[in-house]
Amino acid sequence: MSAFAHVVHAEWTKFRTVRGWVAGMVAAALLLVVFALLAGVSSDQKGAPPVPIGPDGGPVTDSFYFVHRPLTGDGAITASVPALKSSIPADPEHLRPGTVPWAKAGLIVKESTRPGARYAAIMVTGGHGVRMQDGYVHDTAGPAGVSARLLRLERSGDAITGYASADGAHWTKVGTVHLRGLGPTAQGGLFVASPPSVQGMGTSGSVSTAAFGNLRVQGHWAPGDWTGGQVGAESPGFAGYPANTSGAFTESGGRFTVTGAGDMAPAVRETLPTGGTLGEILTGTFAALIAVIVVAALSVTTEYRSGLVRVTLAAGPGRSRVLAAKAIVLGAVAFVAGLVGAAVAVPLGLHLAEANGVYVFPVTAATEVRVVLGVAALLATVSVLALSAGAVFRHSAGAVTTVVVAVVLPYILMAIPFMPASVSTWLARVTPGAAFAVLQTLVPYHQVASIYTPYEGYYPLAPWAGFAVLAGYAMGALAVAAVLLHRRDA
Amino acid sequence: MPCVRPCQIPGSSRVAAAATGPEPGAAYNLRHESNCELALSAPGIVVAGLRKRYGTVLALDGMSFSVRPGQVTGFVGPNGAGKSTTMRVILGLDAVEEGTALIGGLPYRGLRHPLHHVGSLLDAAAPHPGRSGRNHLLWLAHSQGLDVRRVDRVIEQAGLAPAARRKAGGYSLGMRQRLGIAAALLGDPPVVLLDEPFNGMDPDGIVWMRGLLRSLASEGRAVLVSSHLMGEMQHTADHLVVAGRGRAIADASVAELIAAASRGNGATLEDVYLRLTREAVEFRTGTSTEDRK
Repeated sequence: MSAFAHVVHAEWTKFRTVRGWVAGMVAAALLLVVFALLAGVSSDQKGAPPVPIGPDGGPVTDSFYFVHRPLTGDGAITASVPALKSSIPADPEHLRPGTVPWAKAGLIVKESTRPGARYAAIMVTGGHGVRMQDGYVHDTAGPAGVSARLLRLERSGDAITGYASADGAHWTKVGTVHLRGLGPTAQGGLFVASPPSVQGMGTSGSVSTAAFGNLRVQGHWAPGDWTGGQVGAESPGFAGYPANTSGAFTESGGRFTVTGAGDMAPAVRETLPTGGTLGEILTGTFAALIAVIVVAALSVTTEYRSGLVRVTLAAGPGRSRVLAAKAIVLGAVAFVAGLVGAAVAVPLGLHLAEANGVYVFPVTAATEVRVVLGVAALLATVSVLALSAGAVFRHSAGAVTTVVVAVVLPYILMAIPFMPASVSTWLARVTPGAAFAVLQTLVPYHQVASIYTPYEGYYPLAPWAGFAVLAGYAMGALAVAAVLLHRRDA
Repeated sequence: MPCVRPCQIPGSSRVAAAATGPEPGAAYNLRHESNCELALSAPGIVVAGLRKRYGTVLALDGMSFSVRPGQVTGFVGPNGAGKSTTMRVILGLDAVEEGTALIGGLPYRGLRHPLHHVGSLLDAAAPHPGRSGRNHLLWLAHSQGLDVRRVDRVIEQAGLAPAARRKAGGYSLGMRQRLGIAAALLGDPPVVLLDEPFNGMDPDGIVWMRGLLRSLASEGRAVLVSSHLMGEMQHTADHLVVAGRGRAIADASVAELIAAASRGNGATLEDVYLRLTREAVEFRTGTSTEDRK
């Protein structure tokens, strides 16, 4: 073995022979599990309406006002949308006109009226022009630069093609989508959706009314009247209509006026507040970090308090090597504690959530592995940061306080609901707390206006980018510790 | 680092007028001696011209002496004379502004597995209170590539067996000294350096310690033992280095010191020591290096 291997071996022996330190690391792992347990048993949503699931397995919001007729086989529908007006609550009793950028009015072909069913739609929006959307998560922009108000949707088998036109003479194809498994009979017609309006740190339900003209249908539409109704009125992602409003449609002389609320979109945290996340199951990460910080800082500061550091450095005069050996041992132990704790906590938390009827935003197996490894890496890196602070301060209270303030305090501040988004986003970018991004499993959608803050589970940095911020701090602190360890007398 | 090292050849010490010199510091201050080569290749410790300052306090001011193999060298002097600082410098723990401290001709920081070359006891072993004495020795052994057999051997040698598996936090000072001795002997080193090993020892322990130090020297090891009490050294050391005001103010064999003492009006060894260190004692009223702990 090399001399460095001997130093690492010695530091490992040192670590494992102090019962309190081993207990502290075991406690870190247990805290992850205990918080998962608490999160699991404290929430009970048995009997809550099911969350609509989209074609790709993700949770969706599927609530809108639908004016429809069955379409059995191929066909087409054309209409103009000369007006789309939205209203936002000015106070609980009154509405005022406002802009809802993703308010939608247009034509749709949908497998059925069941929430979560496949669809393709072409629409005008409150602020984003003509769009063609399908499968809840797909969004295609229509022709830019022209105020296209004429829309057309054609069905041919399972292929749905959307067109837009400004004058009725020149049509631009926006896109074609295939609705796999679409049966012969689908529901087609007009729709209006009006997602919640983002106002400051919250959202409030909006309602929109669209005027439709020149409605023409071709092909195999069922004869008879148009049927109006709210899709997904009971679904958990639907906040309902503002006071004194409701979904409705009227027809007079070929002109339709449709009022609707809700959205057809992937569910985000704000629209599905009852949904849990992997990050919430791993809330114990911050507590585990505190345990790791205390153990890591004490493992070096106690050496200064007792004078043991002189024995250590007399046995290993290569001071950088001693510091590196300590970092390797602590980092490895913290990594294992995080890995074991998170690997137990995640399935346990998911199981309890399922048993209690709590919907958890689904993640792929790869994401689950990434989150568990992320927690382990977070604990390991913070242990190196705390070790370095211990070597710099040579004082337990100073080292522990500094690292807790640097790492855990930003997380706690980010967890305050009324923290301004600018502040929490800043904290999640520049402080070591940015590394909590490893817990995120939610992704923001450009076509859903919502509140994407760390509090809601959305971090400004990608998981490993956030982790890299912490790693930068840890490496910097380790370098400072190494320099000071060399310069100062032991 | 000075190109000419003031150094002391083992055995060439002087004690002229130890009891009568009006300026003990000047009388015993070592000057540049010839034949440094011999000292550099010697297996013991060679300390040459150490200077170190803590703020405005000059802790070491030209400390020079050497420690020969096969002898117990007592390192005495009042608190604040620079004994502990010198020992930390020898072990590469504290840096100096000037001077060198070599072990077998090498600086401590150049030693790969240093406990095979030098065993040391500082701060009464300073074990972590939550770790057993045996585990304290075990990690030290691992750091030197040694195994548990060596640990059990030195536990026996230091008389630590009954307490070895107890947490060091419950040890008496005497027990911690024994643990420190065990640690110092772990690598079976040719050089042993002990800072105040008699502190906290009960009478039995003191007798045991004396015997141990004598036997280490008789095995051919170079043994440096610091103490602030002359009495402890009288029956233990072959050679004495008296520190005062940051330098060696006397460097002589015990026999020579006693001979010098008997020449001056029936003074005792204690008197010699007190006279030698008188100015250093006054010096102690400033910030003492011992207080840093």
